[in-house]
Amino acid sequence: MVRYTIKRLFELIPVILVVTFIVFTILSMTPGDATNIILGNDYTPELGAKLRVELGLDRSLIVQYFHYIWNLMHGDFGISYVTRAPVIDQLSVRLANTAWIVVSAMILCVSVGIPIGIRSATKPNSIFSQCTMVFGLMGVSMPIFWLGLLLILLFSVSLGWLPSSGMDHGLKSLILPAITLGFNYMANIMRTTRSSMMEAIRQDYIRTARAKGVAEHDVIYDHALGNALMPTITIIGMNVGTLLGGVVLTETVFSIPGMGRLLVEAINQRDTPCVLGTLVVMAICVAVSNLIVDLIYAYIDPRIRAQYGAKVRKA
Amino acid sequence: MQATSAARPITTKKEFYAQFRKKSIAHELWLRFLKNRTAVIGLVIFCFIVTVAVAAPWLTSYDNVVVKMNIAERLQPPGTAHWFGTDELGRDILARIVYGARISLVIGISAISVSLVVGLVLGGAAGYYGGKIDSVIMRAMDVFLSLPDVLLALAIIAAFGNTKLNLTIAIGLSFAPKFSRVVRSAVMGVRDNEYIEAARSIGALDTRIIARHVLPNCIGPIIVQVTLYVANAILTIAALSFIGLGIQPPTPEWGNMLASGRTYMRDFPHIVMAPGLAIFFTILALNLLGDGLRDTLDPRLKH
Repeated sequence: MVRYTIKRLFELIPVILVVTFIVFTILSMTPGDATNIILGNDYTPELGAKLRVELGLDRSLIVQYFHYIWNLMHGDFGISYVTRAPVIDQLSVRLANTAWIVVSAMILCVSVGIPIGIRSATKPNSIFSQCTMVFGLMGVSMPIFWLGLLLILLFSVSLGWLPSSGMDHGLKSLILPAITLGFNYMANIMRTTRSSMMEAIRQDYIRTARAKGVAEHDVIYDHALGNALMPTITIIGMNVGTLLGGVVLTETVFSIPGMGRLLVEAINQRDTPCVLGTLVVMAICVAVSNLIVDLIYAYIDPRIRAQYGAKVRKA
Repeated sequence: MQATSAARPITTKKEFYAQFRKKSIAHELWLRFLKNRTAVIGLVIFCFIVTVAVAAPWLTSYDNVVVKMNIAERLQPPGTAHWFGTDELGRDILARIVYGARISLVIGISAISVSLVVGLVLGGAAGYYGGKIDSVIMRAMDVFLSLPDVLLALAIIAAFGNTKLNLTIAIGLSFAPKFSRVVRSAVMGVRDNEYIEAARSIGALDTRIIARHVLPNCIGPIIVQVTLYVANAILTIAALSFIGLGIQPPTPEWGNMLASGRTYMRDFPHIVMAPGLAIFFTILALNLLGDGLRDTLDPRLKH
């Protein structure tokens, strides 16, 4: 397991480098002169040329890229064109808010989606199961930014229970953003758990377990669940990226100062270093969470564990 | 002679031949599709949306109703004059929804065409040739996949601006890696069949084999994914417009209608209802259709 973890950690480095390179290249193709944006009304050709040299914009793309990576390894994301402050300062302030929303959305989805999926699979013809299927289908088709607006209308405007924007009310202000962000995800997890659970219950070893007289609860949770969870974990891992994409929308709906909002503001102000920094941090987050999912996968799946385990017992 | 006779005697020549004619595959698939009630509902809703979008110029006037301000009638609730009410500038919401459908469908479908072309070329080559070509292409795609598609689209828009063409390309390219994977696995499933070997043994070129024998046989899963990804693309356009980086007002688009309505929704909730419902039903219809097509084209995958 340790060997596998180390191997996967090393595989992370090229992915981050290449993703950074892609984003860096795309953004460097921005038409127009960056110095124009920075200097604004003070722009003169001489000042512009001086600033270009200062920022290193006169060098080739590859040199600029390695320079960027070198700085990145020292925690330097460059200087914002707009605020003239280091990008890292803004990122570190905003990252916490985003992390809160994403983590709470994930906890909510997993803790609600999986149990509902299991229950729906064990009683496939019940009214409960039919309802969850309809709910699941609606959940994957729901545009989350609209859902966010509807939730604000219901819980903030009509009922007045929860705040409609900002992060100033502690846990209370996390509830609506978490539901909004996690809604598609939850429906997805629920549908996947349901179908893989139904598949698992039909297998021979479940019939064997039942024939041996194992209690139904143990059949479901001990025998079937372990195998049924694999596709669910894949779905959870595959959609972390989508979740981070959804952060941009959720933060817009609830006016939360997070990474997503920062990205949109930076794009609107044509603040390239800030756009780049935000995208790079998000890409690293996705890569790391994919790694975590793979490790969980390896922990659950005995085949991967055996491949890297010290002692492989042969039957 | 006696054994083949049906309960009713065959009277005309036409009926006599009809009993030997094989039903075409398309016809059989169509019959199977019709049995899937939810899929048919999806198809009907989607056809309705397409019809409305195509007929928009005959239903309402773009210059006089959709983009023209009419402050006297601003923020009216739904009623007989305006079925879905009017927005903050007094424009009929229904008319704007109808024109919004044109934008969403056109960009959604053309964006997925872009990813389809890229996906067919890259995924087809990776799946058909295998080996080194496969691993190089798929490694590259994996890297792109580690960047969430919305973020990739945002990066492209940040660099090149948000014209309709850029939006289409941005969304198209951001879905291309997922598409390549789908095409690749479909091609790999077909590649080792005997008829491919037969085509190769009579000296057909690779390009011909791929175009004439491989792709037609893996069209099923590709069609399913196209349906589901068009839904995703439409959702992405609405999302980008909602955060202000997609289609710009006054051009009506469902996402930017929601964004501009947000300010007024506390007192006039109707303003955010219709655009949201339009997005929701379009996505729902395409999802139902996609799921139904999957069940029809690949019965093994059912359940």
